[in-house]
Amino acid sequence: MPIKTNSKIYRLFFLILHGIYLCVLPGCETPPTNVELGNKTGVLHWGNGTEPQSLDPHIATGVPEHHVISALMEGLVLKDSQTLEPTSGIAERWDISEDQLVYTFHLRSNAKWSNGDTLNAHDFVWSWWRALQPRLGNLYAYMYFPIKNARAYYNGDVNDFKEVGVKAVDDLTLQVMLENPTPYFLQLLDHYSTFPVHQETVEKFGSADERGTRWTYEGNMVSNGPFKLKKWAINQEIVVEKNPQYYDEKNVKLNEIVYYPIENGITEERMFRAGQLHYTNDVPIDKVETYRATNDPALRIHPYLGTYYYRINTRVPHLKDRRVRRALALTIDRESLTKNILKGGQIPAYAMTPPDTKGYFPPNKLEFNPLEAKRLMTLAGYPDGKNFPETEILYNTNEGHRKVAVAIQQMWKIHLNIDVRLTNQEWKVYLDSESNGDYEISRAGWIGDYVDPNNFLDMFICGGGNNRTGWCSKEYDKLILQEAPRKESDQNRFAIFREAEEILIDEMPVIPIYTYTSKNLVHSSLKNFNPNILNQASYKDLFLSDDID
Amino acid sequence: MIRFAAVRLLQAIPVLFGVITITFILIHSAPGGPFSADKAVPPEVLMALEEKYDLNLPLWQQYFGYLEDLISGDFGPSFKYPGRNVSELIASAFPTTAELALYSMIVAIVIGLFAGVVAAMRPNSVQDYAPMSLAMIGICMPSFLLGPLLVLIFGIYLEWLPISGWNSLPGDKILPAITLGTGYAAYIARLTRGGMLDILSQDYIRTARAKGLSEIVIVCKHGLRGGLIPVVAFLGPAFAGMLGGSFVVETIFNIPGLGRFYVQAAFNRDYTMILGTTIFFAALIVSFNLISDILAMWMNPKLRQKDLGDEK
Repeated sequence: MPIKTNSKIYRLFFLILHGIYLCVLPGCETPPTNVELGNKTGVLHWGNGTEPQSLDPHIATGVPEHHVISALMEGLVLKDSQTLEPTSGIAERWDISEDQLVYTFHLRSNAKWSNGDTLNAHDFVWSWWRALQPRLGNLYAYMYFPIKNARAYYNGDVNDFKEVGVKAVDDLTLQVMLENPTPYFLQLLDHYSTFPVHQETVEKFGSADERGTRWTYEGNMVSNGPFKLKKWAINQEIVVEKNPQYYDEKNVKLNEIVYYPIENGITEERMFRAGQLHYTNDVPIDKVETYRATNDPALRIHPYLGTYYYRINTRVPHLKDRRVRRALALTIDRESLTKNILKGGQIPAYAMTPPDTKGYFPPNKLEFNPLEAKRLMTLAGYPDGKNFPETEILYNTNEGHRKVAVAIQQMWKIHLNIDVRLTNQEWKVYLDSESNGDYEISRAGWIGDYVDPNNFLDMFICGGGNNRTGWCSKEYDKLILQEAPRKESDQNRFAIFREAEEILIDEMPVIPIYTYTSKNLVHSSLKNFNPNILNQASYKDLFLSDDID
Repeated sequence: MIRFAAVRLLQAIPVLFGVITITFILIHSAPGGPFSADKAVPPEVLMALEEKYDLNLPLWQQYFGYLEDLISGDFGPSFKYPGRNVSELIASAFPTTAELALYSMIVAIVIGLFAGVVAAMRPNSVQDYAPMSLAMIGICMPSFLLGPLLVLIFGIYLEWLPISGWNSLPGDKILPAITLGTGYAAYIARLTRGGMLDILSQDYIRTARAKGLSEIVIVCKHGLRGGLIPVVAFLGPAFAGMLGGSFVVETIFNIPGLGRFYVQAAFNRDYTMILGTTIFFAALIVSFNLISDILAMWMNPKLRQKDLGDEK
């Protein structure tokens, strides 16, 4: 049975191998990469995290959706990508009444939809009416609530939309009346949930308040931004191309943007290295060290408007005592955690609101102080951790969260001599446990929707949907809901917020741990990319060039 | 043979019905719903959403409603992607997964058969141990390790092949096909070796040799037909396994296939998508098992004889 090495079988095998080699060889000739080709043709290749659920601005939630929608659509105002100050968008200019309750927007006469229709003030009134229809399921309806009667209309207390504080004075003038002076109101108008939609197109594919019709599909969508939708291949790519009807078309430098839904950070990083992407949505933490070691300028780390924190369930008997909660917060060595465990440039957080949020600096009432913590535990009846029940930290299954929880478990053991049990749950199970109050301590994160302390502090009002700690303070509510909104200047408002945040830190229903950072890989050919705390790019300003700065 | 196929098809109906029922019960028992989110969902929004997708109805009504839609060929709307139907999503992603599985199967068959035949021709020698050891490594090496390794070598260092995508760059299908196919190649190699060893010791092979036929004719013409019966029986479930188990490879190479939908649907509690993809994969597995059984029967005269005997 033995066969000789020069037998026909072997010859056949080598013939097949040779054939495969010849077939594969043409593919092996290195073609130009996406980046090389894109730099010549003005096509930006953008890593975009996950597949967007929807491109309807009144339904979408999430960062990947935001990236695509902000290329396709534009609201009344834009943000300067460096300073984040409001600049003119569809509204060329605006007037604010002295009492800061009436905003009058003067729209551009040359603003158009991508099909050539004129964009006017009535489009905004209709779009905002649509966004406030509960049947549509808009999770960002609350962005409209500073507008007079918007909340009441949404809740069904007011039935006539005419009573809501928005009206088209004429085709090019939109007037908005507010409930209270809201200094951050202009910022909300840059959020996609307040963008206008093309009525005729929406209604062509279903009723205005029908969720998930096909008006946002490729070939159907009409938009008003610097780009328009060219292709949407699910889980593959979304391509947007320059919109020739855009009022500032001549200043839009990119011809196309290709958004790739890449959920795996390691794959995304490899694609960047292989020249398939100009920009990555994230950088795996293990790779950050490597890029740092080589001083690679592609690595961009920048503070991000978000806080990583632990919620404490104040309904649990041994966590009802604020002294216990403070003791737990005082024994987390945040400097060591960010430097030795996280290693991604995160900033230790000693308050809920990230520092310098629109010029607001939170009170400095928290520190790493194990001695004080021990004293508080003794006062609470747990000297040296005696009789303190084993406590659980709940987190959603993720290696990063586990590392933080393990470190904190160690810190509490060393400094307070208490036992902590770690429990991880799959994302939806974890959300279910947290919202049902079925936890003791749970990890959480909050990313700001707009740059204002209000966005971080109003979630802890009594019974607030995002509070979930069971904590309630009438005094805190009064400051956030009644006093702060009535202040006309940021200075006075911030003083109120500091007062409220002092209560929050003193009562400690949440333990702030660190301020997030955004981590991206940015190719040197991508110009005019300005990092900011919202990690938002202004696509109309970006351009590609092989020139070295 | 027709009766055999008809009986098997009829048997598939209760199997699929069982799959639907069990999946339906399991997904509705899992904590967390399709609309639970990091940011609190206002109660009025939640109510509107549940009403739109009939989740406000009692579970039994939802179940029978789903069955009714299913009989009319409607898999329902996806909860995760508003405006998209499950059938439409499956139709858009399945061709990619099928193509990936097909190429992987070609890789698996070419490598597996060759290694198996070579090993069987000189058992218990280096010519046997070498391919079989490689086969063992192939079985043991998970695709999440092999994929990145191939990417590093052929994509990053040698720059020969694209490292991700599908239909976007020339040659971008080679690494995913090798990654997914290698594990199956290893199984095929071992099955081929076993089958061939059994056949090559049969009397009719000895007769063929005595007649002075060349080794290649003996192996390819007389040996393979009988020796491949276990391999053919394996190919059906293997192809179905490739279709359903391509998630890891699709993630590593960022391929827009059905595997990603399948797994993401479970994480998102996209009930209709979970049900749709599960039913679809269950139907595929049943079909491929049937096809491989029919093929095995066609290749094996003993089985054919038995079936004919039954019919009499």
